[in-house]
Amino acid sequence: MARHTLSVLVENSPGVLARIAGLISRRGFNIDSLAVGPTEHDTVSRMTIVVDVDPVALEQVTKQLNKLIEVLKVVELEAGHSVQREIVLIKVRCDAASRVEIVQITELFRCNVVDVSVDSIVIEATGTPEKLIALLDVLEPYGVRELVQSGLVAIGRGSRSITDRSRRSA
Amino acid sequence: MTNVTHKPSTPVPAPPAGARAATPPREVTGAESLVLSLESLEVDTVFGIPGGAILPAYDPLMDSTKVRHILVRHEQGAGHAAQGYAAATGRVGVCMATSGPGATNLVTAIADAYMDSVPIVVVTGQVASRVIGTDAFQEADIRGITMPITKHNYLVTDAADISRALAEAFHIASTGRPGPVLVDISKDALTGRTDFSWPPAFDLPGYRPVTRPHSKQIRAAADLMLAAKRPVLYVGGGVIRAEASAELQQFVELTGIPVVTTLMARGAFPDSHPLHLGMPGMHGSVAAVTALQKSDLLLALGTRFDDRVTGEISTFAPEAKVVHADIDPAEISKNRIADVPIVGDCKEVINELMALVRADHEAGRQGDYDAWRTRSTGWAQTFPLGYSPEEGATAIPPQYVIERIGALTGPDAVYAAGVGQHQMWAAQFVKYERPNSWINSGGLGTMGYAVPAAMGAKVGEPDRTVWAIDGDGCFQMTNQELATCVINNIPIKVAIINNSSLGMVRQWQTLFYNERYSNTDLNTSVGSRVPDFVKLADAYGCVGLRCERAEDVDDTIRKALEINDVPVVIDFVVERDAMVWPMVPAGVSNDMVTTARAMTPVWDRDDEAGDA
Repeated sequence: MARHTLSVLVENSPGVLARIAGLISRRGFNIDSLAVGPTEHDTVSRMTIVVDVDPVALEQVTKQLNKLIEVLKVVELEAGHSVQREIVLIKVRCDAASRVEIVQITELFRCNVVDVSVDSIVIEATGTPEKLIALLDVLEPYGVRELVQSGLVAIGRGSRSITDRSRRSA
Repeated sequence: MTNVTHKPSTPVPAPPAGARAATPPREVTGAESLVLSLESLEVDTVFGIPGGAILPAYDPLMDSTKVRHILVRHEQGAGHAAQGYAAATGRVGVCMATSGPGATNLVTAIADAYMDSVPIVVVTGQVASRVIGTDAFQEADIRGITMPITKHNYLVTDAADISRALAEAFHIASTGRPGPVLVDISKDALTGRTDFSWPPAFDLPGYRPVTRPHSKQIRAAADLMLAAKRPVLYVGGGVIRAEASAELQQFVELTGIPVVTTLMARGAFPDSHPLHLGMPGMHGSVAAVTALQKSDLLLALGTRFDDRVTGEISTFAPEAKVVHADIDPAEISKNRIADVPIVGDCKEVINELMALVRADHEAGRQGDYDAWRTRSTGWAQTFPLGYSPEEGATAIPPQYVIERIGALTGPDAVYAAGVGQHQMWAAQFVKYERPNSWINSGGLGTMGYAVPAAMGAKVGEPDRTVWAIDGDGCFQMTNQELATCVINNIPIKVAIINNSSLGMVRQWQTLFYNERYSNTDLNTSVGSRVPDFVKLADAYGCVGLRCERAEDVDDTIRKALEINDVPVVIDFVVERDAMVWPMVPAGVSNDMVTTARAMTPVWDRDDEAGDA
């Protein structure tokens, strides 16, 4: 088993998320994260799906996704040739003494403090899954009160766009 | 969800099914647009039942002179009838129902059509769009429910989108790998007003089925054929859907490669052909099962390595390289890794492969399969399909009834079956010579399929004799459609192979559960006759016949064949202990094929030596 990042271009129609989520669960594929959003074309949405599967299952999931009428293209983005990011919002317990330390950590990790109260601080961090895990490890001792994380989004490096030829079957 | 909304789309040629001159726009209701669309798509028959949400559609349907609506007695019957119609004719079958329970009653037929790649279009009414999501009366999210069992589906809430949704649905259902497409239409879309013109423009950028195989892959397949010593054509239902039977036969004549036809492919290749080894799988012939096991090259055409064919997959055809051609790329290497994957329509694949093989022959290159041909067809001689009456049995052997029905009716007829022992015997003992003559529920295994499917087949092929070979269990699930047959003058013939049991389950109880017959006695002939099928037939206005002695079987069948104005139902009271053989028990290797209880084929020494 290994993690694979799939970018799936779909027609921007209601129901398409249900179709894809249903297909993945029905066929028994393990899914780590899923992110959906618009693209530069208003008729096309893009899903980034991280699956944890062996190579045979990866081929199956790709083929099954391609069978859906509303799926325009499925591309695997390999870590070395793409930029992959997640965003996380973390509410950390703090007091006057620890606040400074936490702010220092946020600077080290190049993330932002987006909310502060007397006994808590909310940090917004963007990065690869590995970086966010490292950040969390460091914040953990202060007491993480709440955490919310997005699915992974990814884009290929270089000038080529995967939407260029999206109006064809993959 | 997939609310069909207006969006700019590039004009494309009209879908093939509806190819005709464009009609100028005129103002109609959504319901009229639906009926006009069906007419433009050259639909001649719709099976269905009206209800609240679909009511607006039934009003203009009443005036249509082109579309015949057949009022069924249960929506499941409408669905299977549409399947039977499609399977017998190769055209798209259509069924219609109202929202909620009407739609959910279609679910089994939709799932069945999905598993067996049957092109049907299902039209359902939906509650008005303003109340969708409020748990309104007779509301069910049928689009959501059928997502995993349709090739595609639509929820239409605007009258303007009806014709395009229908055109797309027919295009999707009938092209590529065929399958069911559902169009759910809200009541306000049916009552709303719109302009109708035909053909509607549509664009499906995410749907471009590949039909033309890659020439490099065809070359690779031909090369494997040259090197092979023990090739087998493993033919599936895709050959029938692709209408490639004639091409397959030419290919076999050219190459001399033995053929097996799966349950879904019975009739794709004539049973009378000497190179036909029979059906593979759990209840396949010894020759077909063994040929696959000992093969060194499987030419798999339009088939999906289903577990009922392969048995324990890790031991299936262990020495064989695999050429797998299918129009659905997702089937290739799903269960068994293909050495040469070919995505394409079976007809085109066979034609292109044939051209290469011919060229190879002309260049003096030809595979040598003589020894293999002798060996594999020898198994068919040594281990023919057969049956012997069970010890102490007095009742008619069920296999005999089915064999005689096939022999006396001939290969031009259509045979529909339910699911269970009678289905397997009908696959084994009726001799099929042409595609689309065998209609059954292969993938889903839907009991109750036979009567409505036969009804649909008879509507599509009125000049053919249509038999429903059914079980006493199956028959009781859908026999209400006999009323539909009588009222609408659809004279099918139903042979109930009545063993007073859920026979296939009983067989497993005999073999694997120490003959503890838990809940498989149906009381339809042994001890009691509930119901009395002859009286039931009579109550429906059918002719009811009963046959209880082997010597009466032929006369009873002949009598049924002479009655062509009303449906005939025959209650064949048969031996309940009869079992389906050969058998490969579930989950074991196909090497374990047994020809009868506790009997495995005895291979002579030459055969064993031939495996080297």
